[in-house]
Amino acid sequence: MSYGATEAVRGIDLDVHRGEVFAFLGPNGAGKTTTVEILEGYRRRSGGEVTVLGEDPQRAGREWRERIGIVLQSGRLDPYLTVRESLDLYAGYFRKPRPTEDVIALIGLEGKAEERAGRLSGGQQRRLDVGMALVGDPELLFLDEPTTGFDPSARRQAWDVIAGLRDLGKTVFLTTHYMDEAQRLADRVTIIAAGRIVARGTPQDLGERESGETTIRYRAAGEEVVLQTQTPVQTLHELTAKALANGEPLEGLEVTRPSLEDVYLELTDRANGAVEQEVSQP
Amino acid sequence: MNMLIHQLRYDQKAFWRNPASVFFTVMFPVILFLILAVVFSGEDVDVRGGIDATTYYVPAIMSLAIISATMQTLAMTLVIAREDGRLKRGRGTPMPSWVFIAGRIGNSIVVALMMLILLAAIGALFGADVPWDRLPAILLTLVIGAASFCCLGIALTAAIPSQDAAAAIVNALLLPLYFLSGVFIPEDQLPDGVIAFADLFPVRHFFDAFFDAYVPAGGSAVSWDNLAIVALWGAAGLVLAIRYFRWTPRSG
Repeated sequence: MSYGATEAVRGIDLDVHRGEVFAFLGPNGAGKTTTVEILEGYRRRSGGEVTVLGEDPQRAGREWRERIGIVLQSGRLDPYLTVRESLDLYAGYFRKPRPTEDVIALIGLEGKAEERAGRLSGGQQRRLDVGMALVGDPELLFLDEPTTGFDPSARRQAWDVIAGLRDLGKTVFLTTHYMDEAQRLADRVTIIAAGRIVARGTPQDLGERESGETTIRYRAAGEEVVLQTQTPVQTLHELTAKALANGEPLEGLEVTRPSLEDVYLELTDRANGAVEQEVSQP
Repeated sequence: MNMLIHQLRYDQKAFWRNPASVFFTVMFPVILFLILAVVFSGEDVDVRGGIDATTYYVPAIMSLAIISATMQTLAMTLVIAREDGRLKRGRGTPMPSWVFIAGRIGNSIVVALMMLILLAAIGALFGADVPWDRLPAILLTLVIGAASFCCLGIALTAAIPSQDAAAAIVNALLLPLYFLSGVFIPEDQLPDGVIAFADLFPVRHFFDAFFDAYVPAGGSAVSWDNLAIVALWGAAGLVLAIRYFRWTPRSG
């Protein structure tokens, strides 16, 4: 089942399946927010077809909005309403809202329900922001860079909330510029750079796709030795057998495969490079 | 309709908890009235065949308070909500836009009515009679004026680029008009031509209409010609608001 196929920004095709966490990954300025705003119905597109929950977001009305939840990239809350009041206010907009107590528990703000939004920490405000989008008990949730600017513990908490959404059977469309966020949360990842899709697949696929070379490092006689190999098992076996026989310690031995981060950086650099080339051609 | 009452309830909560709204909309007119009433106590103002200063300042400060509760409050809070992304977030829910706007207008009119009562009570302490028999005219004038200034406030948001600019732009427009319209300085003490200039703007006409409604001495209770001009300004504001009001932040 598909949520949408869109031709936007520069010919983007996306299919999001029901019940999955879909990460739309790319550096700042790649066109993520433009694309997601088209899907959310905030922005009109110049061409192409978009179907979200069976409707064109540009024309969709109240019924459609009952079924989606949106967390904007930078959305502040009314500082003078408490957590509970903020959620209750939004609950009034929906025909069948999720009980406020449930939402408070989902976002882990039980202890802060009577606190005014303006007195919450940045991470807590963001969780309330997610809560505001969950009040309507949506089938599909858009999260636009939910953890940008967070400290590590706030990110971890936000991730727990998002991971909990998948368990509820929600479909999540997540935009992010953090590779580790996509890796941690997403079932499938699509990478956009300079307005184009440069890769798509599961986080594992993307990691393996370009992972030809394994790097082996160690120090011998104070000098760092770096080996690149396609056959790490064989290379390591030979290396360690020789070391054992000669009584060499292989100080600082390290075997690494390119992380998803490396793959991501390489792909996005390549895409940006391609654009620069196009631009610089006479 | 239920949703509108729901929205209004939360708008009221947020309003009364916001120290800036409470100070500028509620406290400031009260302080202003107290200062003017004390400074000019016992003096007469040469309008309507001579009335005492307190009787003059009650409707004057009420006019200011009503404009402050409507145009000023709406222009500032809507710009802040827009730049915070709160309007955009609300737009992403099934709530119809008119509910949101009507809730804010309703909130402003409720505050304006409260200011009417509060200032009438304080005025009475200073010996300014409450014109009970004119209540229908006062309420009619208040509602037409409040609605019109709400439209103007919503339209004005289109000209305000950021949260920081909001207070500056709103005050730069309104403060001079209060002076020129005789709200702070009684009109018999203003140089010739000032009132004629102020007549080009809605503040003066609203003050005039409100004065007619509130001060029993002379004049019919409902000043239809002034109200018509205020309503025309409001209608122009409404057209501009519908055309130029935006829900998404201007910055970022």
